[in-house]
Amino acid sequence: MKSYFSELFTGAWSLIVGLKVTIKALFSPIVTVQYPREKIEVTPNYRGHIDLVKVEDTGTHKCITCGSCMRECPSDCIVVDGEKREGVKGKYLTIFTLDFTKCSLCGACVEVCPTKALDYSDDYELAGFARDEFYYDLLKRVEERE
Amino acid sequence: METFYSILPELIRIVVCAICGAVIVFGNALVMGYAERKLAGHIMLRPGPMEVGPHGIYQLVVDGLKLMGKQLVVPANADKPLFMLAPLLAFAPVFVPMLVIPFSDKIQGFDLDVGLLLILAFASINVLAILIGGWGSNNKYSLFGAFRSVAQNVAYEIPMLISLLAIVFMTNTFSLKGIAEAQSPVWFIVIQPLAFLIYLVAMVAETNRAPFDLPEAESELTAGFHTEYSGMSFSLFVLGEYANMFIVCSVATVFFLGGSSGIPLPYFEYSGIIWFLLKVYLLMFFLIWIRWTYPRTRFDQLMNFCWKYLIPFSLVNLLITVVMVKLI
Repeated sequence: MKSYFSELFTGAWSLIVGLKVTIKALFSPIVTVQYPREKIEVTPNYRGHIDLVKVEDTGTHKCITCGSCMRECPSDCIVVDGEKREGVKGKYLTIFTLDFTKCSLCGACVEVCPTKALDYSDDYELAGFARDEFYYDLLKRVEERE
Repeated sequence: METFYSILPELIRIVVCAICGAVIVFGNALVMGYAERKLAGHIMLRPGPMEVGPHGIYQLVVDGLKLMGKQLVVPANADKPLFMLAPLLAFAPVFVPMLVIPFSDKIQGFDLDVGLLLILAFASINVLAILIGGWGSNNKYSLFGAFRSVAQNVAYEIPMLISLLAIVFMTNTFSLKGIAEAQSPVWFIVIQPLAFLIYLVAMVAETNRAPFDLPEAESELTAGFHTEYSGMSFSLFVLGEYANMFIVCSVATVFFLGGSSGIPLPYFEYSGIIWFLLKVYLLMFFLIWIRWTYPRTRFDQLMNFCWKYLIPFSLVNLLITVVMVKLI
């Protein structure tokens, strides 16, 4: 008989506590982001595909065309090539492409780069209609970027 | 011809009342459907419908049009007449209680002496509709939903009736208008708080809403008794459910919250409807609130709660009321 009433009161109290939880949630701000219209900033830790870093002073990249990334890449998806030019020390980068269809985002290229010329991009809207759209010309990207 | 002219005003009154009842049923379903989804969203920290119109206010109109355009599928082995009859039986009876609800002192279809009995009688037809629908679908989930609904409604109608009976003993009338007028100085929720609580619980169970939504328990029975229904026959069940919510909340308002009484406004015989609807929709808000708060009860818990707690408590409450009425 004692448990009959104590159960009733503890049960009723738990119901009131539950109502308090939901009414608080009802008046707290919503957390949904209306995605295509509203975007939140990408965290700096985000590891997208690789991109050449643009140096503010020179307005260009830091790549010395050593080819370490190309050799290090386990999926063979990076192609780097350069040529000798008059008045330029070392090699001049002419081709830097990434085949993102094969890339496994391991980041070995970023780690091996001696001049820290590579970094992860924060590009996450990566839908496309054809395979060609994922063969990135990183050199062109770094030139186009402001 | 003379008899026709003598009953003509009454006939016009019936037609006008029926139209008003239909407006309330459909308007209420629109408002409640939107409010339910919006409140559910905000309780879960998401915005709810947002796409159709500003803050998604036309969502229910679009949904209604979609449901109207859908095909009515009858399962191959279903009992077709019963299958088609069930949604009509769930929807049609909700118009009758609308006629006797006193929205304000002068806005009331008919002030019957047996208003309460009429409402309870027509409200329980809903159970029959669910049983027929579940049986006619020839589907084990539907049938289980129907069984549960009958067991639940039969059990919960008893405390509901007994808690209302305590009020009837105090006011000595079944007429809803009389009961609403009897609480002009002090509302019956103050005198009969226990009866109000019991009615509140029984009301949730009667309308088959969470946490007592075992007849449709979507995680166990797909959609319960309306698993096989589509298009308009499904939406008739939903319309009936929302109208039933409106009716039970109106009864609670009339019996415990003083009907249309409130702070006087100009033309209060008519403008009292504002207070009445405010109280009804506050109760409806409460129903939505608890739906998105509590998990579904197990069936034995549901039955235990009714037979071990609600019925004894309501009987004791009735006994005390009767003794007090006799003594005072």
